[in-house]
Amino acid sequence: MGSALFFLTVYLIYPILNTAYISFLGKGSKEFTGLSNYWYVFTNADMLAALKNNLLWLVLFTSITVGLGLVIAFLTDRVRYEAGAKALIFLPMAISFVAASVIWRFMFEFRPAGVPQIGLLNAAMDSLPGLEPVAWLVNPRVNNFALIGVGIWVWTGFCMVILSAGLKGIPIGILEAARIDGASEWRIFWNIIVPMMRNTILVVATTMVIIVLKVFDIVYVMTNGNLGTEVIANRMYKEMFNYHHFGRASAIAVILLLAVIPAIVFNLRRFRAQETMQ
Amino acid sequence: MTEKVVRGLSRSLVHMVIISICLVWTLPSFGLLVNSFRSRRDTVATGWWTSLKTPFELTVENYVDVLTGQSQHDRKKADAPSILRDMITGHGMGRAFLNSLIISVPSTFILIMVAACAAYALAWMRFPGRDLLFILVVALLVVPLQMTLIPILRLYNRLQLAGTFLGVWLAHTAYGLPYAIYLLRNFFMALPRGLFESASLDGASPFLIFYRIVIPLSIPSIASLAIFQFLWVWNDLLVALIYLGGTRDVAPLTMHISSMMSSLGENWHLLPAGAFISMVLPLIIFATLQPYFVRGILAGSAKG
Repeated sequence: MGSALFFLTVYLIYPILNTAYISFLGKGSKEFTGLSNYWYVFTNADMLAALKNNLLWLVLFTSITVGLGLVIAFLTDRVRYEAGAKALIFLPMAISFVAASVIWRFMFEFRPAGVPQIGLLNAAMDSLPGLEPVAWLVNPRVNNFALIGVGIWVWTGFCMVILSAGLKGIPIGILEAARIDGASEWRIFWNIIVPMMRNTILVVATTMVIIVLKVFDIVYVMTNGNLGTEVIANRMYKEMFNYHHFGRASAIAVILLLAVIPAIVFNLRRFRAQETMQ
Repeated sequence: MTEKVVRGLSRSLVHMVIISICLVWTLPSFGLLVNSFRSRRDTVATGWWTSLKTPFELTVENYVDVLTGQSQHDRKKADAPSILRDMITGHGMGRAFLNSLIISVPSTFILIMVAACAAYALAWMRFPGRDLLFILVVALLVVPLQMTLIPILRLYNRLQLAGTFLGVWLAHTAYGLPYAIYLLRNFFMALPRGLFESASLDGASPFLIFYRIVIPLSIPSIASLAIFQFLWVWNDLLVALIYLGGTRDVAPLTMHISSMMSSLGENWHLLPAGAFISMVLPLIIFATLQPYFVRGILAGSAKG
């Protein structure tokens, strides 16, 4: 127990307090500068772009991973090759974001129209009439969606696994009764499965929100936040290592912490409920 | 009759949807696998699907080049022993693979030792502040790593731990700890109480109960935890970037690939082989130990 306490204190509790303190100090942490770092975070154009992109990630990534995960869990439940299909979709969870980024880097590869495309996506665009190849990672209209797509590709399997386990927990009798009463599969999905799995969906969605707030690897590796794809965590890394402004970097970290506080409260509540049940 | 047709149609629709989703999920990786075996000339000029016809023109050259960190054309001696030596001592991915192992294995072992003791104490021993301590663990589950980077880095610079494996092991242990304690404590709590009572009536010390009863009974959940932590550390980029700095000698695979990606041009055609080398171990673990992996995810879906 002593060793665990040592790790928790030195690596988590002390740094959290220290970072909160540093966020009120200047660039080299020598002088007190009040809220100026926070002012910077909410007024600087690059930071605002990062916050806006994180919001886009938050909405799209969370809704699609959870939604698609639920649909896949629901559909695979009724075919014989369920295990195989789920393993394929779950597979990207085992590899790193860096490897996933290489995989998609080649999918997104762009050559000007007229030259043979070597990326699968643009080759497909090229072969369809009326479509032009797209510079997926460069064009500011699509590049954020391309990066979010990679994130979805990695994490949907995670949602699917948890939601699928929740789905199997629904008593089969309820579903059969609904079917005998003539309910369509569509209605069963919306009026029985979704409400009954409300808690599981909430847990999975919370997890996705926490993941997405801290999204770093995909952006760092694929675009390094250039061309309008900046996100908060990458911005913090830049403040730390490129500009050596530890005050601003800490303020960004504090913003991240504040953003997950609802999740902390949610976890604590869930834990309390579990304990009283036992 | 029509009802049967409708049901048949919707069944084939279900199959079509599932199969197309599976294709979207596998084609990108499959394409990369094919590219990793194509020559430089082919990779930069045409799509991977053009190589899917006989005669196959595939090569393992990319793997040798990326592992040794030098191109075959520059190589003076091409015999197996000298290639093997370059893989281990060179600045290629062979070295990075070794570094990833050196980082991941101890990070996993230390975590399990520390977490198992703490979880046992939290589950079965009485001491003041126990509940408060566990509430703290639950709260720490989702705290962003980012909150800890600057103070720890400063501490490491002062203690000369920055750029060392020891520094990274300890950091990964600490970051994995809340989840590990949470997972194991819940599992230990589920063990039957009578087991402990009869053992301690027989005069067994808490220490003996822990080693002789609790640990053997918990092998499955310890296995899930080990797989989780190992993959987490193996796939980590951020922690390595921060605490290992830019040093090539200690860089793990993720850092190596990420620097290959930012220094485009010359070695672009080696990226697919490099990415697959980093994926080999996770894929083997996934294929052989998937049930444990899934159990770990289901047991505590709230890692920070």
